[in-house]
Amino acid sequence: MSVRIGLEIHVQLNTLRTKLFCSTPSDYHDKPPNTLVCPVCLGMPGTLPVVNRRAIEAAIMVALALNCEIAPRILFVRKHYFYPDLPKNYQISQYDGPGMFPYARKGWLRISAGGRTKIVRIRRINIEEDPGKLTYPTGSMLTSPYSLVDYNRSGMPLLEIVTEPDMESPQEARAFVEKLIAVLDYLGVCDHRKEGAFRVDANVSIEGGARVEIKNIGSAKDVERALEFEIARQRSVVASGGKVRRETRHWDPVRKVTVPIRIKEVEEDYRYFPDPDLPPIDVPRSWIEEIAEKMPELPDQRIERFVKQYGIDEYRAAVLVLNKRLADLFEECAKMYRDYKKLADWLITDFLRWVKDLGIDLESKKVEPIAIVKLLRTLDEGRISIRMAKELLPKVIAENLDVEEYIKRTGMEKISDVETLKRVIEEVFRENPKAVKDALKNKKAVNFLVGAVMRKTRGRADPQLTVKLIEEKLREIAREI
Amino acid sequence: MTLATELGYRLVEEFKADPYRITKYLEELYERVERIEPRVRAFITLRPLDEVVKEVEERIKRGDTEGPLFGLAVAVKDNICTRGIRTTCASRMLENFVPPYDATVIERLRRAGAVIIGKTNMDEFAMGSTTETSAFYPTRNPWNLDRVPGGSSGGSAAALAAGMATLALGSDTGGSIRNPAAFTATYGLKPTYGLVSRFGLVAYASSLDQIGPMARCVEDLAMLLSAISGHDPRDSTSLDAPPRDYLRLLREEWSREPRLRIGIARNLVEGSEEGVRRCVERALDALCSYHDCEDVEIPYPRHAVAAYYIVAMAEASSNLARYDGVRYGIEVGVEGRSWVEVFKEARTRGFGYEVRKRIALGAYVLSAGYRDAYYVKALRFRRLLKERLYGLFRRLDAIATPTMPILPPRLGELVSDPIRMYLSDVCTVIANLVGIPAISVPAGFSDGLPVGLQLMAPALEEVRLLYLAKFLQESLGFRNLVAEVV
Repeated sequence: MSVRIGLEIHVQLNTLRTKLFCSTPSDYHDKPPNTLVCPVCLGMPGTLPVVNRRAIEAAIMVALALNCEIAPRILFVRKHYFYPDLPKNYQISQYDGPGMFPYARKGWLRISAGGRTKIVRIRRINIEEDPGKLTYPTGSMLTSPYSLVDYNRSGMPLLEIVTEPDMESPQEARAFVEKLIAVLDYLGVCDHRKEGAFRVDANVSIEGGARVEIKNIGSAKDVERALEFEIARQRSVVASGGKVRRETRHWDPVRKVTVPIRIKEVEEDYRYFPDPDLPPIDVPRSWIEEIAEKMPELPDQRIERFVKQYGIDEYRAAVLVLNKRLADLFEECAKMYRDYKKLADWLITDFLRWVKDLGIDLESKKVEPIAIVKLLRTLDEGRISIRMAKELLPKVIAENLDVEEYIKRTGMEKISDVETLKRVIEEVFRENPKAVKDALKNKKAVNFLVGAVMRKTRGRADPQLTVKLIEEKLREIAREI
Repeated sequence: MTLATELGYRLVEEFKADPYRITKYLEELYERVERIEPRVRAFITLRPLDEVVKEVEERIKRGDTEGPLFGLAVAVKDNICTRGIRTTCASRMLENFVPPYDATVIERLRRAGAVIIGKTNMDEFAMGSTTETSAFYPTRNPWNLDRVPGGSSGGSAAALAAGMATLALGSDTGGSIRNPAAFTATYGLKPTYGLVSRFGLVAYASSLDQIGPMARCVEDLAMLLSAISGHDPRDSTSLDAPPRDYLRLLREEWSREPRLRIGIARNLVEGSEEGVRRCVERALDALCSYHDCEDVEIPYPRHAVAAYYIVAMAEASSNLARYDGVRYGIEVGVEGRSWVEVFKEARTRGFGYEVRKRIALGAYVLSAGYRDAYYVKALRFRRLLKERLYGLFRRLDAIATPTMPILPPRLGELVSDPIRMYLSDVCTVIANLVGIPAISVPAGFSDGLPVGLQLMAPALEEVRLLYLAKFLQESLGFRNLVAEVV
């Protein structure tokens, strides 16, 4: 059954210093309610909005990164609806309609999912102001006797990115969101991990059935989960002979289900019109070029460069690059360590697993590249076994363990010294005459002796060398007999 | 003559010589206010005399007396935000609203040394032409207490005409400065859109609103305009025009008295009441005895009124959406009620009939299905009118019309006939729709009732209008007319 998925994503430009239409600071996360407000973002009488040009530049950067056409003028319109979190009871936004237009449209983003690459088209991007936030004393709208409004968020710059319904599976939708997050991360315009900074609504239909909108999805993983749930639900409706209704549903991230909210019977009339307080802003080619020049390297460019520069395949390059911190670590290590493929493998498998298991946030925790490099070098030099290397990795990640220093200090170094090993083997042979006899008859019994050597050296003996030396010793005894 | 009713530009000279004369001036002024205000009711909030005197004396002590308006008493329309002084817009909605910020014009007035003596009555949220839609009380015309002073800046005009203030600020969306200026024999200027910052002006219709000066002579008007105009980064529609000293320009560059080409809007003169026509013709005779005049026709005047009301109401429905009683303004009990109920009560109790009507009509003309027929068409007409007017300005320096086609009506007369009230804005709305400056000049009296003449010029030609107004002031002798209210 064919599935069509389109996404509508709200991205808060929360790395700028100020809000969209006033000079109030924008780092409101974790601040007491209503402490980052001013007459403008409270919509007080007589106040007027003034556009923050840095927000426009950030918005244009996003549009360029998503390969959009950029309008020659940026026109703000008023979108009217009454709601207690909206100070002016209209939102300064953008609209695609007669005489009105979004600042960017007709873009695309390349994604990879399930081993294949595809293009997802971007329909349009709007720039608008975020409303305030309603809070409920009990945490729930239904049980609270009253609600409170926090206007700290009011007036935050927000992008609304709308895709065409080009995704055909929850995995593709997730891949799109992950790729978009990576792009925003590379541009440095949005810290998506801040609460409410990245919100996804998904539209999904199966087999040409009615379109269902799922609201309130907060992460890439939940996009996949919500869509999987919703597609299964729609399929069971169809399977039992029913018809999927056009509706809006809410994603409950705790119960991991979608639940119906309101059914849109009539399209709300927002009475859009150009905001007379904000004359259109001209966007000359020269400005766009200036912004384009300031753009950092984007994920696709970096993937391509990784393939070329480090000779790793596109899959490994993509896994590294989509996690900017990981890719940065890779490049720092690569300056000191030449086996790029091995480095990449370590980083995208064991390293990532440990980072996850240890609950480490690469954003705030700096893993020293030299610590990783030392681990791989001592492994390459045969001074530690692969098993030891894997055991030491979590300490390298969590404590930036200096592996060279550590193995010296603890005597953990692998024993590959022939004389030392020979001494240990002598001992083992003396202590296990029966096993030696068995081994002389049966080749398989050699393993017991190898194990005994390992036990004696606490695993530090070089396994290949040990086997070789034991076999030599057995041949010697055989000749003597 | 007492200091109270002396003209501003003379007073500042006097105060320069002796700043302590200001106290005497303020005392005399407040004596007049005490005597006259109970009958005229021009003010919503009047600051106490001792507070005002103290403010001035402190500035004198600091040596801060250099401002070009130092010591002059200014009455400010109550839709212009004043920090620490309540700003009501003559509405129950904002009855107790004390802004924590000054409008840009107020900051500039304070810097220029002016003293704000009070906030003047107006039509609620500037919606009206008579000052009768004020939620508190109507203001009466000092020239005839049975008549309205015009509106919506009726309180400012009445305060000037009654000699209760030396200068005044009004706001003009479709004639709200010029209409009351005409009805009270005072001077009023609506500047080019964007010349004066709108920051702190409580918005009625953002694309039409302008703050402007009001006074009893052209010199004072020029002086006040110089103080309040100029670019403001807090208003994105503010023009990047360099500051100008209009009084100096009048006295120096324009003292050569050039002959200008003036178009007489014959259709608007003919469309006016008998008494208005007579006064206007006399004033035009004076004008045309020196300047080169020709008759012209203002295109589609009735359409202009329709387009004006569509645009104004549409923007008003949006601008006034913010009044919901949540953050400021009227207080409504919230316990156990939904936000919809709370909003409804705030807006029903807080707004008067005229405001509710304009919000409803404005929402209607913007709504899906009607938008194209009304709002979009009105915008098209607005562009057309601008083209046609600038067509006239290719060969004309200014266009003259009556300010109001009617004499000041009796209280209750016009508000009960809304279509007639709206149509009486026919001459004034043009300048707002096109964004050009327009001035109202006293043109005489008919049966003891003031009549005004309006002059319009292309954008940023304020000084040309001031020059022509001064020419008329000198020819007709209508300067510093103060009504003796008995």
